[in-house]
Amino acid sequence: MGKKIIELKNIYKRFGDFTAIDGINLYINEGEFLTLLGPSGCGKTTTLRIIGGFEQPDEGDVLFEGVRINDVPAHKRPLNTVFQKYALFPHLTVGENVAFGPTIRKISPDIIQKDVKKYLEIVNLEGYEDRDVSTLSGGQQQRVAIARALINKPRVLLLDEPLGALDLKLRKDMQDELKTMHKDVGITFVYVTHDQEEALTLSDTVVVMNNGRILQIGTPVDIYNEPNNAFVAYFIGESNIIHNSIMVKDKLVNIDGVDFNCVDTGFGQNTPVDVVVRPEDVVLVPADKADLKGIVTLVTFKGVHYEIWVEGPTFEWKVHSTLPQTVGDELGITVDPYNIHVMKHEPLEIPSEETAVEV
Amino acid sequence: MSKRRFAFPYLIWMTIFIVVPLFLIFFYAFTDNASGKTLFTLEHVKAIFQPLYLKVIGRSFYMSLIATLVCFVMGYPAAMILASKDFSQKNTMLILIVLPMWMNFLLRTYSWLSLLENEGLINRFLVSIGLGQVQLMYNNFAVILGMVYNFLPFMILPIYSVLVKIDKSVVEAAKDLGANGARVFLRIIFPLSMPGVVSGITMTFMPALSTFVISRLLSGGKITLIGNIIEQQFTITGDWGLGSALSLLLMVLIFISMIFINKYGDESVGAGGLL
Repeated sequence: MGKKIIELKNIYKRFGDFTAIDGINLYINEGEFLTLLGPSGCGKTTTLRIIGGFEQPDEGDVLFEGVRINDVPAHKRPLNTVFQKYALFPHLTVGENVAFGPTIRKISPDIIQKDVKKYLEIVNLEGYEDRDVSTLSGGQQQRVAIARALINKPRVLLLDEPLGALDLKLRKDMQDELKTMHKDVGITFVYVTHDQEEALTLSDTVVVMNNGRILQIGTPVDIYNEPNNAFVAYFIGESNIIHNSIMVKDKLVNIDGVDFNCVDTGFGQNTPVDVVVRPEDVVLVPADKADLKGIVTLVTFKGVHYEIWVEGPTFEWKVHSTLPQTVGDELGITVDPYNIHVMKHEPLEIPSEETAVEV
Repeated sequence: MSKRRFAFPYLIWMTIFIVVPLFLIFFYAFTDNASGKTLFTLEHVKAIFQPLYLKVIGRSFYMSLIATLVCFVMGYPAAMILASKDFSQKNTMLILIVLPMWMNFLLRTYSWLSLLENEGLINRFLVSIGLGQVQLMYNNFAVILGMVYNFLPFMILPIYSVLVKIDKSVVEAAKDLGANGARVFLRIIFPLSMPGVVSGITMTFMPALSTFVISRLLSGGKITLIGNIIEQQFTITGDWGLGSALSLLLMVLIFISMIFINKYGDESVGAGGLL
C-alpha cells in the first residue's frame, strides 16, 4: 500500500441540468479496498464510470500513476470492471466469457486455457467452462463476471454494486469471498455500494458521498465512530441525531435540554450544533441517577439486543440494550463524554425511502 | 380450456386460408382430369424437371439472393444507425422506412417505371445534362432494384429490433475487456444480432424468390422468374396441375433454404430464427 494509483482532481460531471458529480477530489492507494458509499443518485456509480472510461468528466483530470488518462478510451485502460448486472456475453460459454479478455490480447490458446481454469478455481467454479451462462444462478454469474475481469490481471478492479442482485445469504458469502480474493490477488479494488454494512465489512477506506460530493473519507472505524456530519452519521448505522443541541462552552454541550460533558472543543460558546449518539452508546439508568429523564414508549426484541425508544423532553431516543425495559417506566439517560459526537449544525438532507432504491 | 376457446377463430382462419389452399395445391399437383375423370398422376411433377424450369428456378434463386445480399448490406448499417442511442431522429426515420408500405405494392412498383423508363425522369435528367440515355429498365438491374426497394424494410426492422434490445452493459463489458470498436462489433454485437439477421434474410428472400409482379413490370416481361411461370400456368396457359406442382417445388425449396438459414443462425447464437 501507499503509492497513489488513481487520482481524481476536481471532477465535475453534468447530465443536462443534473449535476451528477460536483467537484470531487480523491486518490486511491495501490492495493487498497476502497468503497464509494452513498444513496442512489449520489454520484458514486458515475465516479466509477469515469475511472473506467465509460464517462468523460466535464471538468477535472483522471490520473493513473500520475499520468492523465482522460483521453484514454476504456479498452486501453489497465482496469477491469465487474458490472452491476454481470453483463456476461449471452452467446458465449462460461469458459469463452472468461477467456474474452486474453483472446482479444492474442495470448496463446494454451495459456488462456490454463488461466481460465485457474481463475474459475479462484471464484469456485472449477469445471464450469462449457456451461451456458444462462443456466447459472445469479451468484454463479457474478463469479464468472469476476473471473472474467481478474484473468486480465488488471491493476485496479472496479466493482459496481456487484452483489446488488443477490439475496442476503449469498451476499454475505460473496462478501467474504471478495475480501479473500482481494487479499489473494493483491490488486486495488474500487467498490460501489449503497449498503453501509457491506462498505464497513469490506473496505480499507470508505468514501461517503451525497449529491455528487464527498462528505467523508476514512477507515470504516473512523467513519462509524467519528462521522463528519449528520448525514454520514445517518447513513452509516443507526444514530440519534439531536439537531437542537447547543454547545454551551468547550467540553459542555446541552442535549435535549440537559448539559452533558463531552470531549469536543472549538465550537465557541452557545453555538447551535448537531449531536450524534449511537443507540448502543446510550446507557439507561434508574431515573434518580441521571439529569435527563424519559419514558419508555416501545420495546422491540431484535435478536442480539432490544431496541428501546425513550421519550425525552424534546427528543425520542433510540437505545440498543441487551436488557429489556418495561413500556411506561421512567428512566434516566446517560452517555459517556467520548460517545457524544458534536458536529457543525447543518440542514440534514435525508433521502426518502424511495430514492434509496438504486436506479 | 377457456383459453383454448380464444384460439378458435384463428383455427377457422387457418383452415380456410392455409390448410384448404395447401390441400388444393397438392390436389391439383397430383391429379389429372383430362379424360373427364380425376386420376392420380405424377406427370405434373415430372414436367417441372424440364431444363427450362430449372433454369428459371436457378435465375430466381440467383436474383433473390443478390437482392437479399444488397438488402443486408444496406439494411444492417441502417438498423445500427437507427438503434444507436445518439440518433435523435429515430422515430421519424422509422416512420419513413415504414411509410412506403402503407402504399399499394403494385403502385409503388409502377412508380419505378416512370423513373426508369427510357423516357423516364432519370433518363430525361441524364439527357438534359448531356450524358445521354442509359438503359435502366428491362434488365436484371431493374428487377433487383425493385426487389431491394420493396423488401428492404423487412431486413431493417427485424435487425433493428434485435439491436435495440442488446444490453448496453454487455457492449461496455467488451470494451472494458480490451475490445476496440471493430472487435466489439465482430465478437459481440454481430453474433447477438443473428436472430434479427436470420429473420431479416428470411423475410426478404422468401418474397423475392416468389415475386412475379416486380419482374414483370420492371423487366417488361423480358426476365422470367419462377413466380411468373407459376402465374402463367394459372392465368394464361390454364395448366393448374403444372402451376401447382411448381408451387410445391418452390415451397420445398424455400423450406430447405429456411432450414439452412436457421441452422446457420443457430450455430452462431444458440437462439432460433423463424423455424
